[in-house]
Amino acid sequence: MYRCLAWTGVAAVLFLVPFYLDGFWLQTGLFAMSAAIGAIGINLLTGATGQLSMGHAFFLAVGAYAYVFFSAEPTAKLGGLGLPTGLAAVLAVVVAGVAGGLFSPIAGRLKGAYLGIATFALIFGGQHVLFNAEHLTGGFNGRAVPELDLFGFSFGDTPALVVLQVPFGTLERLWFLGLALVALSIVFAQGVLKGRPGRAMNTIRDHEIAAGVMGVPVARYRAGVFVLSSMYGGLAGVLLALVFQRTVPEYFGVLLSLDYLAMIVIGGLGSVGGAVGGALFVSLLPQLLTKYSDSIPLVAAPGTPGGVSPAEAARILYGAAVVTVVLFLPGGLLGLIRKIRLRPPRLRLPLSSPSPSPETRSPHVP
Amino acid sequence: MTTFVELLVNGISIGAVYALIALGFVIIFKATEVVNFAHASLLLAGGYLVARLWPLVGFWAALLIGVAAAALVAAAIEFLVIRRADVASHSVLAIVTIGVDIVITTELTRQIGTDVLAMGDPWGSEVVRFGGVTLAETRIVALVTAAALITAFLLAFKYTGWGVAMRAAAEDAETAALMGVRLGRVSMSAWAVAGGLAAVAALFLCVFPTPGLDRSTSLVALKAFPAAILGGLDSTTGALVGGLVIGVTESMMSGYQNDMVFLGRGIGDVAPFLVMLVILLIRPAGLFGTKELARV
Repeated sequence: MYRCLAWTGVAAVLFLVPFYLDGFWLQTGLFAMSAAIGAIGINLLTGATGQLSMGHAFFLAVGAYAYVFFSAEPTAKLGGLGLPTGLAAVLAVVVAGVAGGLFSPIAGRLKGAYLGIATFALIFGGQHVLFNAEHLTGGFNGRAVPELDLFGFSFGDTPALVVLQVPFGTLERLWFLGLALVALSIVFAQGVLKGRPGRAMNTIRDHEIAAGVMGVPVARYRAGVFVLSSMYGGLAGVLLALVFQRTVPEYFGVLLSLDYLAMIVIGGLGSVGGAVGGALFVSLLPQLLTKYSDSIPLVAAPGTPGGVSPAEAARILYGAAVVTVVLFLPGGLLGLIRKIRLRPPRLRLPLSSPSPSPETRSPHVP
Repeated sequence: MTTFVELLVNGISIGAVYALIALGFVIIFKATEVVNFAHASLLLAGGYLVARLWPLVGFWAALLIGVAAAALVAAAIEFLVIRRADVASHSVLAIVTIGVDIVITTELTRQIGTDVLAMGDPWGSEVVRFGGVTLAETRIVALVTAAALITAFLLAFKYTGWGVAMRAAAEDAETAALMGVRLGRVSMSAWAVAGGLAAVAALFLCVFPTPGLDRSTSLVALKAFPAAILGGLDSTTGALVGGLVIGVTESMMSGYQNDMVFLGRGIGDVAPFLVMLVILLIRPAGLFGTKELARV
């Protein structure tokens, strides 16, 4: 009951945001939404299945660039198919999935951190293609992103639209699309995790051999989860491209992949809520520091010499947050919330109830 | 033909430097089962100190301090972070090192800014000619130093008490501990050695013909990851072979890239990763890695 009320409240607040906050916050929020979708995907892979991936930025790039390529009208220099933008968005997600599938001979066979290093190849190979395949990607300068148009409703600034005396531009319109996509991603991932596949994934993470013995096709699951997570990455990429309105290759580098791993560790490995929380934390932090850099000590406004720039301060903070979380808060922010909630009410009488001794904790069996 | 020989020798030399990095990576993995993604930042830390200190104390002292500092930072990471983390899965430990890497690299790249720092090495841009083959002096020094360090390490690994303790701990940590091996010391020393090796590698990655240490140096260091994994993460031989394979591939692809224009500019930077993928497709555990066997 309380849960229901709380969620309705959250939904209502999120719906009202575009009516009250300005473009800066909307854009920040949309980045956070895109990050949330991507983080859910990588949490399915890393958190739930125990497979490390450094290559997530590559799939974001695939999604973003595929959308641009499918939807843009071809010009003399740049290729394009000029498909309806809605179809292009769906195809972009599919292409990201196919890219993940092509990697499956490796994704299915390597485990854990081995896969992490192997996926570096995706980042560097991807960057190479983005800079060199100029006909597709526009090279160093990137490409402009066509506005999304769904069933005649344009997610751009024209035609002008005013709702309740608030002018609805690109960001306001995308806000609702973003909310819908995040909600969809959450529901789908919850479904995967709570059902049979989720249990199989967790078993693979915890004990690969046991999973195999119980009839889970380990390699196929690993490859499958990799494909699913790359599709999530592709969707995040499409949303990001729509918000940015321009795709540039430099953005999709190693740092972005590291950001995603930081998100899921900070939020909490293996859960959808954790991914969303971590994504909010990591993508809001630099923006907040930029906005309020004047009033925070040690942080200088961007462009001024001396002092730590907000972006750098944010990176250092969440790098430290990753370490702190693993050392002191296994389970991440979500684990912390759960712990507070589940803390048993304090007993009045000093009962001599047998508390679980450290010895009864089952030792980790390799 | 001369071009080929030049490229080959250069490749072997840079490969030996990659092997130094990969070796440290493998030592850490063997001793603590951690895939250390913070390795690039250790390298950057060592290189940065050398570049900043040589105008003050001279090159050799700066090099010593840089190596010692990188070793110290590595040992500190082991002592303060890795040892305290009580986690079930080693993937999580790998992610912790990513956190450490983010912190150190961000701070160092902030310090470096847009500068390109010279390393102050005594070899400068001198070249040596053998017949028609021209080689940079730095490349020869790199090759000799790397070979010497690797040999010294392998001998120590085989014959000293420290090496035996390390191998015992890697084989079976519990039994080794019961035999009196101090696991904490073993893993800390492994990290320290790896840090020192990375600092030496940093020096040779930043001397002529590269312009110097800049903010992208840590990205260059990432090429040692494929070196370690294609050889097999738990094999010191693998690290050496992997380093050489990566070095020669990179040198050849960069040298002949004008003949392979269809592959695009800068293929030399990507080639190491492609080679790694091909090898992993055929041998998922790497060339010399032990295949994981399990008794059920």
